[in-house]
Amino acid sequence: MTILPVGTPAPDFTLHSTPDQTVSLSEFRGRNVILAFYPADWSPVCGDQLALYNELLQEFGKHDAQLLAISVDGAWCHAALARDRKYHFPLLSDFEPKGAVARRYGVYDDKDGVAERALFVIDGAGEIRWSYLSPMGVNPGANGILDALDTITATHPDRKAS
Amino acid sequence: MNDDRRDLVAPVTTNDHIQGHADAAVTLVEYGDYQCPACGMAYPEVKRIQRKFGADLRFVFRNFPLSEAHPLAHAAAQVAEAAATLRHFWPMHDWLYENQEAWSAYGAEGLEAGLRALGIDESAVARAIRDKSIDARIRADFMGGVRSGVNGTPGFFLNGYRHDGDFRSLEDAVAGLVYGS
Repeated sequence: MTILPVGTPAPDFTLHSTPDQTVSLSEFRGRNVILAFYPADWSPVCGDQLALYNELLQEFGKHDAQLLAISVDGAWCHAALARDRKYHFPLLSDFEPKGAVARRYGVYDDKDGVAERALFVIDGAGEIRWSYLSPMGVNPGANGILDALDTITATHPDRKAS
Repeated sequence: MNDDRRDLVAPVTTNDHIQGHADAAVTLVEYGDYQCPACGMAYPEVKRIQRKFGADLRFVFRNFPLSEAHPLAHAAAQVAEAAATLRHFWPMHDWLYENQEAWSAYGAEGLEAGLRALGIDESAVARAIRDKSIDARIRADFMGGVRSGVNGTPGFFLNGYRHDGDFRSLEDAVAGLVYGS
């Protein structure tokens, strides 16, 4: 399985963000989107990674970017994690069929049955502008995301109007 | 693509909180959160490394409060930065880590206890915190860290390169740089 490369249209999806609400990627057309696939709720490295992004929502907002985090955990599990960690962004549940969205982005780990730790930055036209697959145990930080958003803002200041 | 070992984006300046000399063989930069338990565990290790390497090591501390995870981290950073304006940064920094569990349990009152213990003028600290430059500095530290690839706390850099290992492996990494490898 190969991670979807830069220049690819980002496959649309609709996933549960809470037990009774869904989120579609296409809702964010016209804005930048950060997709953060991660292996599992409650594991320590993921916690650090999402805790960092949670502090950067304002910074992402300056780039007109919405963060969506995705794992194969169920919506109730996500709800408990978001409450416990005070996350202020959607945690999407790639739960049924399990990992289907992660597979379409080329970041599903068949052996462990979880999403890999992968990042995508998608522009307002729905094109993947940056992607990064991190070693499973390594928190990729946020510098790559911010650099990608800087590039989008610098090269296509009016991209969201297209 | 390998973003994991990029240079520290924000170079060390005289505006930093620094222990040691500019001509030291090794500069260790820590991005830390005063309420982070892992930073609390790293604190005595950093002290030990500073003692061991003496003049060969320069230590720099920068703020990286994960405020949503640690509700008092930002307030603690404000107190330390305010103490810095009164030339008491390092005593305050040390007190916050040495007494982390104690003050964390008491919120703002816990932080005030620290000021009293160190004999720092509480009203001067309160005045300093009202000045927006302290929050601006904390944010600038934080964003410089993010841009340098800090992914959690504590985040360490040795001579401008990120130290990816556990803080327990810091000593060997410093030794490698001091003695050559």
